[in-house]
Amino acid sequence: MPSLDDLRKRITSVKSTQKITKAMKMVAAAKLRKAQENAEKGRPYSEKMNNIILNLSAGVSDPQSAPKLLVGTGKEDAHLCVVLTSDRGLCGGFNSNIIKKAKNYFEKIQKEGKSLKIITVGSKGYDQLKRQYGKNIIENISFKESKNINYFDATKVGNLIIEKFQNEEFDFCTIFFNKFKNVISQIPQAQQIIPLENKNKNKDEKLESNYEFEPDEDEILSNLLPKNISTQIFKAMLENSASEQGSRMTAMDNATRNAGDLVDKLTIQYNRSRQAAITKELIEIISGAESL
Amino acid sequence: MDQFNLEIISPEKSFLTKSDTEEVVIPAIEGYMGILKDHIPLISFLKPGIIDVRSKNETLNYYVDDGIVEFKDNTLSILTSNIFDLKKMDKNKVDKIVKDAEEGLKKENIKDHERYILDQKIEVLNSIKSN
Repeated sequence: MPSLDDLRKRITSVKSTQKITKAMKMVAAAKLRKAQENAEKGRPYSEKMNNIILNLSAGVSDPQSAPKLLVGTGKEDAHLCVVLTSDRGLCGGFNSNIIKKAKNYFEKIQKEGKSLKIITVGSKGYDQLKRQYGKNIIENISFKESKNINYFDATKVGNLIIEKFQNEEFDFCTIFFNKFKNVISQIPQAQQIIPLENKNKNKDEKLESNYEFEPDEDEILSNLLPKNISTQIFKAMLENSASEQGSRMTAMDNATRNAGDLVDKLTIQYNRSRQAAITKELIEIISGAESL
Repeated sequence: MDQFNLEIISPEKSFLTKSDTEEVVIPAIEGYMGILKDHIPLISFLKPGIIDVRSKNETLNYYVDDGIVEFKDNTLSILTSNIFDLKKMDKNKVDKIVKDAEEGLKKENIKDHERYILDQKIEVLNSIKSN
């Protein structure tokens, strides 16, 4: 049985933890709104970009001469995985969910005997992966310094990937991030960006092929595809930041509630033992008086 | 004059949308190009230069680094990652971009295409400065 003093100390400490988690929740809520807004604002760009590429790639007739970023190198030996995580902790299962998804994929690749290369973006992902996959990690990027997510950072990652692709260091590239569904649920995603997955191919959409191209299609395409890589990464970063804040908000909300429950429980225990002590003292006084 | 829609989109946000544009002059990679209503569908990309947006009441000028242009169904979409309003551009900013470009030119393994783009950039920016 802890003494009254111990209980009192414990209650104060839980209360101050609760204050911190509550404050973090509110900060996360405010940041979430902004992150969501940013994610929405960034959507038209990537959608338009996708549309244009779709229109262009529909016109590519000869896969032999098509840019490798679109159709792949024809080999399947080396995989590059870009794992996007956050730089800060205390956000529930946000980082572990991405890592779990990524690790599954890594295992699959290694079982098939293909070589695996990893780029981590965000320090939390690096921390979690370095023990098991330390020798596979070729690059570790972190944008701790930048306040907001900006396109410039995304192009840095994008250019790095393209440079490595041109040096023929890998044949496939997949990015891992959390897709923001709503505040409560974020879905870890794996998206292949090289070669480009053409999801809408079967949809029989009416693609306009009577565009005028200046200069010719191939040149535009080879110019556009590297940009598209950066755009996809930027999109993933935006989704990720909204997910991070959402995840943190839920985690901190839970923590605040748990702390509240704990305070209630401890207060009852404190009152009981205080009452017990008083009763004990009273009995002692009474029985002392009776014996006189 | 007939009007058409214009949207300029940057990765971070939708930069500008207008529905009363009459003429837009864009710095396409093979030379400046004027676009009017009912232009045929077009895809092209931009070199560093000045976008000139003319509507009935006003003329807007923007500097762009690069970008992609699509014209379709009387809507002109410009996707660009670097765009500045000319009126809001101060000298320091221009100087900084020029300096960066000049440094880029000094690199040894630069490709002809990149050199061309950087040369263009410096030329355009210097002309902005002198105005």
